[in-house]
Amino acid sequence: VDQYLEEGVTDGDVDHWVKSACVLCSNGCGCDIAVKAGRMVGVRGREEDRVNRGRLGPKGLYGSTPWSHSPDRLTRPLVREGGALVETDWDTAIGRVAAESRRLLEEKGPLSHGFYTSGQLFLEEYYALAVIGKAGIGTPHMDGNTRLCTATAAASLKESFGADGQPGSYDDVEHTDALFLFGHNVAETQTVLWRRMLDRIEGADPPVVVCIDPRRTEVAEAATRTGGVHLPIRIGTNLALVNALAHELFEHGWVDDAWVDAHTLGRSELEQKVAAYTPERAGEICGVDPDEIRRAARIFGETERVLSTVLQGFYQSHQATAASVGVNNLHLLRGMIGKPGCGLLQMNGQPTAQNNRECGADGDLPGFRNWNNQEHIKQLASLWNVDPLTIPHWAEPTHAMQIFSYAESGTIGLLWISATNPAVSMPESMRIRKILGGDQCFVVVQDLFLTETTQLADVVLPAAGWGEKTGCFTNADRTVHLSERAVDPPGEARSDLDIWVAYADAMGFTDRDGAPLVKWRTSEEWFGAWREASAGRPCDYTGLSYDRLRGCEGIQWPVTEESPDGTSRLYTDGRFPSDSDYCESYGHDLMTGAAVTEEEHRAEQLAGRAFLKGEEWTPPHETPSADFPLRFTNGRTVHHFHTRTKTGRSRRLEEAAPAPWVELAPSDAEALGLHEGEQVQVSSARGSAQATLRLREMEPGTVFMPFHYAGRGQANLLTMTIWDPVSKQPVFKTSACRVERAE
Amino acid sequence: MTALMPHLATYVALADHSEQALAESLRTVGVGHARHADLFHICGDLAALSEAHRSRLAPVVQRYGEDGDVEEPERLRGDALPQARRGEIGLLRDLQDLYLMATLVKTSWLVIVQGAQALRDHELLDIASSSQADTARQLAWLTTRIKAAAPQVLVVG
Repeated sequence: VDQYLEEGVTDGDVDHWVKSACVLCSNGCGCDIAVKAGRMVGVRGREEDRVNRGRLGPKGLYGSTPWSHSPDRLTRPLVREGGALVETDWDTAIGRVAAESRRLLEEKGPLSHGFYTSGQLFLEEYYALAVIGKAGIGTPHMDGNTRLCTATAAASLKESFGADGQPGSYDDVEHTDALFLFGHNVAETQTVLWRRMLDRIEGADPPVVVCIDPRRTEVAEAATRTGGVHLPIRIGTNLALVNALAHELFEHGWVDDAWVDAHTLGRSELEQKVAAYTPERAGEICGVDPDEIRRAARIFGETERVLSTVLQGFYQSHQATAASVGVNNLHLLRGMIGKPGCGLLQMNGQPTAQNNRECGADGDLPGFRNWNNQEHIKQLASLWNVDPLTIPHWAEPTHAMQIFSYAESGTIGLLWISATNPAVSMPESMRIRKILGGDQCFVVVQDLFLTETTQLADVVLPAAGWGEKTGCFTNADRTVHLSERAVDPPGEARSDLDIWVAYADAMGFTDRDGAPLVKWRTSEEWFGAWREASAGRPCDYTGLSYDRLRGCEGIQWPVTEESPDGTSRLYTDGRFPSDSDYCESYGHDLMTGAAVTEEEHRAEQLAGRAFLKGEEWTPPHETPSADFPLRFTNGRTVHHFHTRTKTGRSRRLEEAAPAPWVELAPSDAEALGLHEGEQVQVSSARGSAQATLRLREMEPGTVFMPFHYAGRGQANLLTMTIWDPVSKQPVFKTSACRVERAE
Repeated sequence: MTALMPHLATYVALADHSEQALAESLRTVGVGHARHADLFHICGDLAALSEAHRSRLAPVVQRYGEDGDVEEPERLRGDALPQARRGEIGLLRDLQDLYLMATLVKTSWLVIVQGAQALRDHELLDIASSSQADTARQLAWLTTRIKAAAPQVLVVG
């Protein structure tokens, strides 16, 4: 197994190992935490775990523990006094938050409150916040930075199948004949999943790999090696490509007609929509050889088992939901869903993003319930014993960008941010900093460190991190792990769960009978409450308990009486959660984001069938111009996670990737007279960033920067404020820019 | 034949005019409320739909004529919004105006769909029914956006 102990620590020094799972990407690898003298000093992979079989990636190995005993940890609450943050005690800090909260509730009502969380908390914490926010305060303004990473995964699953829920399983990697990676640079984002794929690629009878990515990545190399295809398409043209692939499936009769008739709706409309997307036309739009599109389509059409994965190259790009739905369509047309090796993995970016989606601390309701379905609201109201009208459901819950817009105008007067760093991670960073730093909104931030965001807060609450608290989380293929508390948090730091419960106590939220709304204290009690909320829904946890989780090595939901060992693949019987009474969403117009009404949805009589939905490709909202002739995109590097709050404190990871860089294709660099290693300035209509130039083979006209770094090399100084109309995920990957030598 | 159907010409002109007013107003509202990035972009996309309807309709206008010289008082003929209102409540009002304009467009197409069927004019029927479907999308988006915007501005300001 992969193991790493911090310098000077040997196996013999370790006092004990504590069972957990890694939270530095969405893979959720089972691991043990090494504890020595009350400190976390290393990790090792768990050999029996179904996700990773003992392996860990570089972030997990080198980045899991060093942050925990960093001298920079926040250990006491801080409040702003005369412009500066000063240390205080918990009663004062929570008292100040509660006083502001009460004042706003009296003067402006619940809509004055906003919550912005993360993809890194535990299930119990999300559910606790969902109860407090939706039934205690009653605000629709709750979202997470999951909006930036996985909102499109959830949205595309809802549009196609009726509810969120990952159809496939990582086990499909072992059974597949072809791997399609749509905008998913798995070699950088989920290294352990990539190694699992490499086991196949380098073994006997390897699957054919098809890679859709403008850059010549490791995955692209594997595509060439396995006789597959690398399609380095232009940024902003994903939908044109998937439409062309669907066009070819229809054209060559690669559609499983009987299965499609029995299990889907919308075939003829889709066929019409994609009719114009010949490989020639798509080739022209996407800037690739039409024959390469044909070859990719043939692989999809003629291979017995295809596994597709989708990530940020689609989710954070133009027409995100429509393009991701387009991938779902390909699988539906071939009837390749719910069978070993024929899966679909709409990936997540963050380790616990799935839990935010299912527990409803983001723009969803707990248990994948439908905000537009009165019965679903009644279920929650009865679960929490509150008036159904307390639970905001008059429109779709407010998405992150809109929350910040309300905070900008001050109609959200209290914004509570937890475990995330929007001052670096959100588009158009300068605007976000102004919003957080202004007087129009009271900002509460809980974090491990004094980040770029906490520095702008009015109250800062020191949080306990991974290994310092107990809780569950669920990875990208629905695998649930329990992560045990290994050490005490430093100083007075508390878990996010304890902080929110303390706030609820201070506020005295009550249910309809005047009893306390928040009846649960420990994480295990909250897990029990969540289990009840999940009953009968697609993400059913009723067969799980802490004891059960302690005794297993990762288990995939739903886990129920009927499926006590979990569920490897969803939709094995071709029945989807699309019934009007059951579905999580009635769907949307993929172009405008207009909500489909209940009447319209009922009229379709989906009755357990999946929906084939197509949309026209349109040019991206910002296209290259004379001033900004190049296309800017950004993404991850293997050595860092998000804004480096944790990974930047690992010496090994910092040494491997200490500074940001800019990538250009060699031909573009030559035309600009720029050379490898030079300092260059990248500018868009919104701002500029500087970093060192690296040359890389990729689609000419493309400029890439990693997004992890703050300061002069901050990629989001360049990005624009625009989001997908359906998933509301910000578009990070289609800005126009220019590159020049730095002054 | 044209001369015998002055009222069809009137409706073709009404559709053309009201689509133009809707497109211009969508762009005005989108630019006027550009602080809301989604409005700026989607209003532009929706305006493009209306503009596309007008260019498809152009040859029909040639065929049936425009304005049938009929003496019929115009009681409700929407002109384009001269400018966007300000602020959040202004946005809500602007969206509501757009909704009213779009219903005028939609009923104009509805009337033309009926006429085109009676005339067995396949080209006009196709233009009118697909345009009408697009107008339904515009209305659905306006409904969704109005529902999302209303509570905050009514309750908090």
